[in-house]
Amino acid sequence: MTGPAPAGTPFLQVRDLTVSFRTDDGVVHAVDRLSFSVERGRTLGIVGESGSGKSVTSLAIMGLHRRGRRVSIDGEIRLDGEDLVTAPAERVRGLRGQRMAMIFQDPLSSMHPQFTVGEQIVEAYRVHNRVSRAAARRRATELLELVGIPEPARRLDDYPHQFSGGMRQRAMIAMAVSCNPELLIADEPTTALDVTVQAQILDLMRELQKEFNSAIIIITHDLGVVAEISDDILVMYAGQAMEHGGVEEVFAHAEHPYTWGLLQSITRLDRQLETTLRTIPGSPPSLINVPPGCPFHPRCTYRELAGPAASTVRPPLAEASPGHRVACHLPVDERRRLLREEVTPTL
Amino acid sequence: MSDNLAKDLASPAAGEGAMPTPPADAPATGAVPAATADAGALRDRPAGGGDELVRVTDLTKLFPVRRGTLVRRGAGAVRAVDGVSFAIDRGTTLGLVGESGSGKSTAGRLISRLLEPTSGSVVFDGQDISHLSSRQLRPLRRDIQMIFQDPYSSLNPRHTIGAIVAAPMRIQKQVPRRGVRDRVRELLELVGLNPEHYNRYPNEFSGGQRQRIGIARALATRPKLIIADEPVSALDVSIRAQIINLLDGLRTEFGLTYLFIAHDLSMVRHLSDRVAVMYLGQIIELADRTDLFSGALHPYTHALLSAVPIPDPTSHRRRERIRLHDEVPSPLNPPVACRFHPRCWKAQEICRTEAPPLLERAPGHQVACHFPEKRDVV
Amino acid sequence: MARFILGRLIGGIVILWLVSVLAFVLFFVIPKALGNNPAVLFAGRSPDPATIAGVTKKLGLDRSYVDQYWNFLRGVFAGRHFDSGSDRSWCPAPCLGYSFRNDQPVWSQIVDALPVTASLSFGAAVLFLVVGVSTGVFSAVRRGGLFDRIAAAVSLAGVSLPVYFTGLLLLLLVSYKWHIIDNVHYVNFTHNPALWAWNLIPAWLVLSLLYTANYQRLTRASMIETLGEDYVRTARAKGLRERTVIGKHALRPALTPIVTIFGLDLGVLFGGAILTEHTFGFRGLGAISIDAVNTQDLPVTMGVTLFAAFFIILANVLVDVTYAIIDPRVRPS
Repeated sequence: MTGPAPAGTPFLQVRDLTVSFRTDDGVVHAVDRLSFSVERGRTLGIVGESGSGKSVTSLAIMGLHRRGRRVSIDGEIRLDGEDLVTAPAERVRGLRGQRMAMIFQDPLSSMHPQFTVGEQIVEAYRVHNRVSRAAARRRATELLELVGIPEPARRLDDYPHQFSGGMRQRAMIAMAVSCNPELLIADEPTTALDVTVQAQILDLMRELQKEFNSAIIIITHDLGVVAEISDDILVMYAGQAMEHGGVEEVFAHAEHPYTWGLLQSITRLDRQLETTLRTIPGSPPSLINVPPGCPFHPRCTYRELAGPAASTVRPPLAEASPGHRVACHLPVDERRRLLREEVTPTL
Repeated sequence: MSDNLAKDLASPAAGEGAMPTPPADAPATGAVPAATADAGALRDRPAGGGDELVRVTDLTKLFPVRRGTLVRRGAGAVRAVDGVSFAIDRGTTLGLVGESGSGKSTAGRLISRLLEPTSGSVVFDGQDISHLSSRQLRPLRRDIQMIFQDPYSSLNPRHTIGAIVAAPMRIQKQVPRRGVRDRVRELLELVGLNPEHYNRYPNEFSGGQRQRIGIARALATRPKLIIADEPVSALDVSIRAQIINLLDGLRTEFGLTYLFIAHDLSMVRHLSDRVAVMYLGQIIELADRTDLFSGALHPYTHALLSAVPIPDPTSHRRRERIRLHDEVPSPLNPPVACRFHPRCWKAQEICRTEAPPLLERAPGHQVACHFPEKRDVV
Repeated sequence: MARFILGRLIGGIVILWLVSVLAFVLFFVIPKALGNNPAVLFAGRSPDPATIAGVTKKLGLDRSYVDQYWNFLRGVFAGRHFDSGSDRSWCPAPCLGYSFRNDQPVWSQIVDALPVTASLSFGAAVLFLVVGVSTGVFSAVRRGGLFDRIAAAVSLAGVSLPVYFTGLLLLLLVSYKWHIIDNVHYVNFTHNPALWAWNLIPAWLVLSLLYTANYQRLTRASMIETLGEDYVRTARAKGLRERTVIGKHALRPALTPIVTIFGLDLGVLFGGAILTEHTFGFRGLGAISIDAVNTQDLPVTMGVTLFAAFFIILANVLVDVTYAIIDPRVRPS
């Protein structure tokens, strides 16, 4: 395990990340000039709908896109200063599972059905550590214990299908943290789980972070989950960053119309009931034909206020207040007025 | 059979004109709002049945589990739904919530008679439909329609959406052949789709649009009851609200009755008048929406509500945290007596020996717990 | 697990028994009911009534069907007497009766033919399994690449060319034109292993060509499916080498459907690769069954049928067991 992080140096720094896929229908611009960073001991929540590029981003960081004629990746992904975009594939493979690890949405389909849970954890540990099978097995037992699986030594020899949903996700987490990764990416880790189990898993992730001081990226469509677990939030739309900042700041003073739309359209237990939900009109764009200018402008209620630039110029992700960045053509004062007068009363 | 309703449903305009709509957030009571009682659906109101459209009594469904290859031996049964009783009044929505294994989807399928109950009864519109044959069920199929979770797999990819929406009408022969096309266009418009897209195929539509197609299909036969099983779970956040609003609007417009099955408590709260919480095949709490979400009595309901993440980063400092340990036990071998007792922090000896009956503790508020206690956890 | 295997074995035995009943009805009950007395077939051309009567008595055809079937079963497990009054013979277990045509015990004919068929099938099976699966995996990994496209073309040819064409062509080349192997014939393995293999090579190639193509395509499709599975992505996310990801995490589940097909194919092959045996003039089970059918030699037909059924059922049991070993989800808990 690495020591405490030197202050101010982000462990993961993504700069102008662009991922596109060549398909028969045209080029899919899955991620477009995305920049963000995560420090050790902090959790970044990436929020977006399907097609927002959030999962593509995580796979790009892990080097899990098979580059070639069909996939192109540009920009920088710096893990502890080292650029993964230009690094040889073999080097990135060595980092995967070692310094950065990932857990996935559906633990049933993400674990191999034909190997025992123990075998899978042992394998994850031994690929990066020269230890005997027995030592790795001891380590696997410890890990299962760490993630809260009762009778770990016995459960090691069970197959994934013999575990319950929540226990499987715990086992996945055990596998991911086997080499004490400094970056943990969780792609919708609780979406497939029941709500009471989701709460357990989120608690577990918090505890593990405290213990290992790792940087965590959690990808989700659930604003509630982000609010519960993240320090920072990145809102993505059509492969681009819309808003980025501290989670309390963004939830209290969101400045992007898309973020407003998301916050307004969810049903929530902590608010008075409304007659009808507010909605974001239309549906997310095709990533082959991303609207020019601000990708959100065709669905934006306030596009008239932004002037003609909305449909021609892509708004930069600019700092609106310290640590809070927004990609919107609306003048800052105008955004704050709208938030105060029109949005907050409806939340 | 439902000519009046048919007329009402035939065009949105007629529906709007026919009745003033009650505000959706009006706290529902046992009585149906007067406005909806006017709907033509009430023509054959059962003699002593009050305003109930559906009454379910002691509904039970066992799925036998068999082992062995050559000689099949019974190895017990999954008690998917175990002695469930409730009623849904006309024009209201009952929300059915629960985690996996709670039996909420099975309950929906029993009421729509996609499954036959092992015991107990389902009375729909004054008629006991529990054991009708598939031939006898035919006319019933138009009165009860289902909307499913997955808009991708529940639409035949080789049929145009016109054909998909028209299919129930053709089968039920409710609409003269020449009228079908016009009716389909009306329905598509009603659910917010372009009627000119009649000849397109499902793969040309997005998830939200496909769910709209599913809803149009469900409305085609002018049903009285719509059973919606997780209708928005597969959709994106911004699309969910659109579909929820659509379902909400259709209900008030046509006086529809919904059984809304979902795991998302905030969604259930938004759409339901009454809410039933299920755990391992049984209803453990049943109450009006406001009572349930601000004054739940059952510890499991408390835990469920407490576990819902609130989209407010400051909320967890104020909120009470109830964390259940373990997960829902297997419905193949559920705990005896109170099924929740192994996970319950309030469990006493009696919980391990005696199953708590579902009792009315406050007007319209039933709970199955030996130690009910009012608690606000949101 | 032992119980599971035992269960499958018992199931297999029951099915084999049912097959034997069916075969008995087919070969002995139905012909007689239609007026074709098996005794007439046995007695040869234009027999006199006395011979027929003798044959009827010797084969026990004058008894009830139940008795006949019982005698047949007893013959298989304990051996039986054939007694025509004048002529009495003991047929030791496992007795499947005597050929109508050459009076040889059916069992010894099968035992003679089995090594031929087994050598042919086994060799071809190893060849098509290894070549088919490995090229299939390679095609799947380099999907759309040059190798994949060539393999697809070769596969198509392999599936569409009949054995009697490729077989004769190969024979023509290696035996008549280039004289690499003169006079291809079956040599016993125990007699001379090198010569055994040398003579079988053309037949192995021809027989496996057909199957290799199938296995190549099957493996490719199966591998492409598993390569898209979430657990393969997990394996890569763990930082495993691509070799391990493909050879262990993707290949193992991809083999599951192949095991099923392989078991059935092997069972069928052991019942006799009729065309290949015929093309190369090998006297295997296939050739015997063809002769038996052509000459209406009922006991031999029935014996070979039962024998083939035995292999297919055995293969099925082995498939089930292998399946349970490969995939823990079907394993009884």
